[in-house]
Amino acid sequence: MPKGYVAINVERCKGCGFCVEFCPTHVLAMSSAFNSKGYHPPHVVNPEKCTGCDLCGMYCPDFAIYGWKAPESKNGAKSDAAR
Amino acid sequence: MTSQARDPAELGPRPEAEVPAESCDYQPENPVEQFLRTDRMPHIWCPGCGIGTTVNSFARALLEAKLDLDRVAVVSGIGCTGRVAGYVRLDSFHTTHGRAIPFATGLKLANPNLTVVVYSGDGDLFAIGGNHIIHAARRNLDLKVICVNNFVYGMTGGQLAPTTPVGALTTTTPYGCYEPAFNLPALMDAAGAVYVARWTSFHVRQLTRAMVDIFRKKGFCFIEVLTPCPSLFQRKNRMGEGLDAMKYYKEKSKVRHGAPTSEVGLTIDGDIIVGKFVDRERPEFLDLLRSQLAAQLGDRYVEVEHLVCS
Ligand SMILES: Cc1ncc(C[n+]2csc(CCOP(=O)(O)OP(=O)(O)O)c2C)c(N)n1
Ligand code: SF4
Ligand code: SF4
Ligand code: SF4
Repeated sequence: MPKGYVAINVERCKGCGFCVEFCPTHVLAMSSAFNSKGYHPPHVVNPEKCTGCDLCGMYCPDFAIYGWKAPESKNGAKSDAAR
Repeated sequence: MTSQARDPAELGPRPEAEVPAESCDYQPENPVEQFLRTDRMPHIWCPGCGIGTTVNSFARALLEAKLDLDRVAVVSGIGCTGRVAGYVRLDSFHTTHGRAIPFATGLKLANPNLTVVVYSGDGDLFAIGGNHIIHAARRNLDLKVICVNNFVYGMTGGQLAPTTPVGALTTTTPYGCYEPAFNLPALMDAAGAVYVARWTSFHVRQLTRAMVDIFRKKGFCFIEVLTPCPSLFQRKNRMGEGLDAMKYYKEKSKVRHGAPTSEVGLTIDGDIIVGKFVDRERPEFLDLLRSQLAAQLGDRYVEVEHLVCS
């Protein structure tokens, strides 16, 4: 199970590459795909490496990506309550 | 928003749904989302512009400092950075060019319970607005100033600003800038600011912490944030894209907390000294005003809770 997750709002992205460059665990790569404005959004290539640190979210000037930590229950497993 | 519920109709439509991540049913909202006027997204800032990145730090700092959002006001002047006032879902004022500080001064004096944040560009605050900002710092008025410095006038096409480094090409200095630039931290220090820091849009966590610091500190606080302007400053100077500027900041920045502000001036290719340079105490303007009146007028002076009589 990954420690965290990342979500991308492709239509808001302007393809600057900040998130790809500064993700500490190299979860992301620029995609060859276009969004409707013609920008290349990032693509999640290594989801298992995501820690949910949200650095991508702090860097993104277009508010188009963010990460979050996987919820944990007391015994360390993923919690259903938080879903 | 926080616990004080606002009328949802007043706030406009809720943010659009995000693309869900693979195999996770629990998905919180992007922390910045609640601070955005999402009906105005996408914003006008260019791809790779650093202004939006500073807004992420601002949003996280507001959350961390646990401010009552109904008592936070954002005041901007005119410019690309000035658009921040129009994009944040807070009480905000997009004033005239150079007049963010006078407007914020009136707001703070009329309602001292507000946290008044001035969010504006280097040209707005230090060219046309230069006189206002030095006097607000001298008076130690309780304002939180976030100055986004991209070294030019962005909105009007990349003209020379008082922060343009010597040698830089701008629309109005086609043979290179020859005017010495302001060293903003030194200017603010000399004028009397109680908190002075500089970060860049690469330093997202440090910037967030600095913003939390100034939300908690009383008096005139100043943060300079260097940001990429790929469309104008960098294009003219062949400095690449926004990402190249971010990598450059990463490489060239040296953290020196407490550095004498006289030593932190910027040059076109030199080191960028970042950190918290000034953190001191001085009597705040409103306190000075109240104690002077109390001392001079004695029991002929009274302080009431509500400044506006109804
Ligand atoms: C009184 C007045 N003079 C000039 C202008 C034109 N003007 C608009 S924005 C601006 C400069 C903006 O530069 P800065 O504050 O550095 O903001 P940036 O766009 O770089 O974020 C100028 C000169 C104006 N709007 N009003
Ligand atoms: S949350 Fe952190 S680890 Fe995950 S993609 Fe974003 S920056 Fe990378
Ligand atoms: S930082 Fe934001 S705008 Fe830039 S490429 Fe990543 S998602 Fe797109
Ligand atoms: S002109 Fe420069 S400062 Fe203005 S939005 Fe574009 S990149 Fe940003």
